Amino acid sequence: MSGVELLLQPSVLPRLLSGLWVTVWIAVVSVAGSIPVGLVTGWLMTRRNAFVRFLMRLYLDFIRIMPQLALLFIAFYGLARLWNWNLDATGACVLVFILWGGAELGDLVRAALQSIPASQYDSAYVLGLSTWQTYTRIIIPLALRRMLPASVNLATRIVKTTSLAVLLGVVEVVKVGQQIIDVYRFRCPDGALWIYGAIFLMYFFICWPLSLLARHLERKWSHD
Amino acid sequence: MFDWSFVTRYAPFFVNGALITLYISVLGIALSIGVGFVCALAEITRIPVLRQIVRFYIELSRNTPLLIQLYFLYFGFPKLGIVWSSETCAIVGLGFLGGSYMSEAFRGGLQTVPASQYEAAYVLGLSKWQTLRRLVLPQAFGLCVPALVANVIFLIKESSVVSAIALADVMYVTRDLIGMYYSTYESLFLLIVTYLVILLPISLFGLWLERRFDYERR
Repeated sequence: MSGVELLLQPSVLPRLLSGLWVTVWIAVVSVAGSIPVGLVTGWLMTRRNAFVRFLMRLYLDFIRIMPQLALLFIAFYGLARLWNWNLDATGACVLVFILWGGAELGDLVRAALQSIPASQYDSAYVLGLSTWQTYTRIIIPLALRRMLPASVNLATRIVKTTSLAVLLGVVEVVKVGQQIIDVYRFRCPDGALWIYGAIFLMYFFICWPLSLLARHLERKWSHD
Repeated sequence: MFDWSFVTRYAPFFVNGALITLYISVLGIALSIGVGFVCALAEITRIPVLRQIVRFYIELSRNTPLLIQLYFLYFGFPKLGIVWSSETCAIVGLGFLGGSYMSEAFRGGLQTVPASQYEAAYVLGLSKWQTLRRLVLPQAFGLCVPALVANVIFLIKESSVVSAIALADVMYVTRDLIGMYYSTYESLFLLIVTYLVILLPISLFGLWLERRFDYERR
């Protein structure tokens, strides 16, 4: 059986797609969870309190300097031992991606908030806007424009990083691919090339549109 | 609870793991700097077909995870008759991933050199090569240093997945020791320390370089 025929077997592509669904689910939950964590972290990073800022700095720098796989190991093996917390592999992945995405997004929120000049607050005050109005009408729309392109890029990074889940034993698209390769080991010796090629393209066609969107937003909003 | 004798006994394992990590990273980063530089030049000089190929490569490399690239090289390529060792796969994979990131860093630096400088060089009668070597590259280098250092750190971190293609790097040692001795705390502690020892100096060096090359603020 040739590789193309393997991909056209009735059970192969649907199985791969069901694995992809697990990958996408992890990514979507992680991105969704990162948003509130990132907003709070970013807000805390702009506080005057030196201790709060130090804690946030420590959180961000630790997450940034550790490889994501090391963070996954710490969550998966360390937490189980530390608090007898039996987090399954998927849970550990989601937890790590939310903490990591939240830290990175927090830094984007901080940069966006700090990039807004004081004159914007002053003019809103002069125009008689309340604090609530100042934030909802002026500050948040401005900050969103500044951070959205980078945030979309962060989302593609989270999607790409979900591929590490297989190393903790989550049965997602890569694991399903390995299972298919093993089943067809003798009937289709070239399976690995085609299955990994297909998974490669699947990741590409999820991340590429997001990258294009980020670039589009960046160009659209770069002049205001 | 925490067994210090285990830490001292197995620290040499982590040193060996770190050496593998560094070996793969250094060669992979060297390859990606080479690839990135060529790609950036191809984009800047606007050579028609080459430029499209480079664009295609950059999109492909930036929008796929390293783990899948490695699996493709390690398990897929042999089916095409290309059999590489784990080390070669890891280095080529890192080069394939890093090349696009390095290229964007170089391009960012090259494009900030204003057009007036090219015009001035032209007026002064400098050749294209002279313009590039004497004028553009020295300025661009300082401008892309922060991005380059960030990429170096990124690639060393990314190299943590090479344990998946049977290379005994830091992650591999950690998983091994946890599996064999249930020494979770000690192994994770050594894992964190190893990566801090590798990455913190580079990170601090990056900060120093950034300040060193920040001509505008100096």
